[in-house]
Amino acid sequence: MSAVETTYREALRQALIDAMEQDPDIVVMGEEVGLYGGAYGVTKGMLEMFGPERILDTPISEPGFVGAAVGAAMSGLRPVVELMYVDFVGLVMDQLANQAAKIRYMFGGQIGVPMVLRSQGGTGRSAAAQHSQSLEAWMAHIPGLRVAMPATINDAYHLLRHALTLPDPVVFLEHKGLYTQKGMLDVSKPDGPWGKALVRRPGNDVTIVAYSKMVQESLIAADMLAAEGISAEVIDLRTLNPLDDATLVQSVRRTHRAIVVTEAHQTGGFSAELSARLHELCFDHLEEPVVRVAGEDIPIPVSPALERGSVPNAQLIAETGLWLVKCQAPGWAAE
Amino acid sequence: MTDNQLLLALYRDMRRIRSLEERVSEMFVRSESAGSMLHLSIGEESVAGVCRAMEAKDSFTTHHRGHGIFVARGAEPARMLAEIAGKASGYCRGKGGSMHIADMGLGHLGANAIVGGGISHAVGAALAYKRKKQKRVSVAFYGDGAMQQGILYESMNLAALWSLPVLFCCINNQYGMGTRVDRATANLAFDERARAFGLAGEIVDGSDVEQVHEAAERMLANARDGRPGLLVLTCYRFYGHARMDKSPYRDSAEEEQGRRRDPLQSARDKLIARKGAGAESLDALDAEIAAEMDNALEQAIAEHLPDIATMFEDVYAPDQPKPTPLRARLSAILSEMTR
Repeated sequence: MSAVETTYREALRQALIDAMEQDPDIVVMGEEVGLYGGAYGVTKGMLEMFGPERILDTPISEPGFVGAAVGAAMSGLRPVVELMYVDFVGLVMDQLANQAAKIRYMFGGQIGVPMVLRSQGGTGRSAAAQHSQSLEAWMAHIPGLRVAMPATINDAYHLLRHALTLPDPVVFLEHKGLYTQKGMLDVSKPDGPWGKALVRRPGNDVTIVAYSKMVQESLIAADMLAAEGISAEVIDLRTLNPLDDATLVQSVRRTHRAIVVTEAHQTGGFSAELSARLHELCFDHLEEPVVRVAGEDIPIPVSPALERGSVPNAQLIAETGLWLVKCQAPGWAAE
Repeated sequence: MTDNQLLLALYRDMRRIRSLEERVSEMFVRSESAGSMLHLSIGEESVAGVCRAMEAKDSFTTHHRGHGIFVARGAEPARMLAEIAGKASGYCRGKGGSMHIADMGLGHLGANAIVGGGISHAVGAALAYKRKKQKRVSVAFYGDGAMQQGILYESMNLAALWSLPVLFCCINNQYGMGTRVDRATANLAFDERARAFGLAGEIVDGSDVEQVHEAAERMLANARDGRPGLLVLTCYRFYGHARMDKSPYRDSAEEEQGRRRDPLQSARDKLIARKGAGAESLDALDAEIAAEMDNALEQAIAEHLPDIATMFEDVYAPDQPKPTPLRARLSAILSEMTR
């Protein structure tokens, strides 16, 4: 089958439909997933297609229905739970981190929890401090939880399809700023295997590591850097667990410089993990310190001007690259 | 089965619970247990009335004080004690212990050390049974401490809303750790809380195992038909919260009175009074059970500890790569050092 143009949202919806047609044990649960069609429209029309037994509208009761999904996953179903905003993960952290993630281990491997928790995060809609965060580090810190963060339309489809075949719990984090983006989907051809980081743009002078929406910002930054004569390699992590540091290390040992880009706050974030690994594994190959371009350490403000300013963009990534590779300080450089 | 035959069977179940718990305690004293986080269910043995009313295909979740429930549902004492000692032959290969013991074969979906943490799993299991059209019930066992947790009420709401085959079973032993239940909540009529959600709700005397069994049988039958409920067993926790707790928060007069509410003694007295069994035959049964548990204890103690390499197993499914051990990671970094 050849590639067709579609949106990130539609690719996710198609993945759910195709998976549910193949696997009768898949059920979708969450707030507004049925009649309403999903807060961001991902499950639109699926209630009519699969009926209320497989598309379950839940009350606003996150710990209750995520906990029920854990028990259902232990009892023969494969639930896809939609957590409307990743910011609500605080409500369900016990069921995710203490229950879903640990059940296989605590019980000596007797049983797994094959569920997918879909959620979305990130800025771009002036949704303010409680509806705009990037909290992937909280989940990626817990052994037992897989974490996927697709950046492309093709990955939105294929990573979700793959997540729905895995024996362990997966936290699948979408970006609210990507749902309407258009791109090519080839349902017969994944970008690469699950768990493998991909070079989205090859280059020689600096490696830019990113995931989710920041991959796109990094690719624009790479274009800007190319205009300045800098060849930037952009790597899309795709999954945080499994974490493919081998691909990053291979790249950085060649480029000798690295920028890690996340929308999430810098302090204690996943960018710190990536930076630490690159320092540990590429120490003798680095010309400069690995630098992090991350979200400011502030709550996400509502005003569009403030919101935009609180997270990295292509301009900032490019300026950092220029400084790092060519020692050209940007206008904002402190004296 | 006559009433007396049933009571004798329940007496046996309860004696096995108490006898097992006494061995758990002994294992600690002999420094053979994995740690001291051992929560004994002595005084709560009438939970056997619920366990015996369940069917073999039914499942259940328990809490940190769940040894008794598991043994009443058919657990092998030696494998239980091995798990509590952290041995490789234990139910969870020495990875779960007393507070996380489980066995999918017996429908034990897991003991949970987060108060209220396992309740929603029983609801989810019931959801799966309903969807797969299986006539199974899942029972969530928990203590009065969890009656104050929000997820219980979210779970009750979902169970009632979706008419799920689930029974909530609260073992009210009067204490959440050191806090007596009347210091934890203003309204002790827990059955009213269930009814407020559209569930059936009953409170029974946990010192009377026949009453527990009768109510459980009825409520399980209703749950099987999609009418979930809450059954509360009122009893008394004879000993401290965990093995190290000497209960400084309650006085001996209260304990003495509480321990008079003994489901085992009361069943024994009734059996003798109703000529269901003689004192001698009950003594012989007790001795037989004591020998069974002694054997189980010695067997568990003789078992070996798990191989350290197994620590990296079971984080993910067996076909998935295992986590990288720290020493392998350090070797990869430090072996490149040039000096």
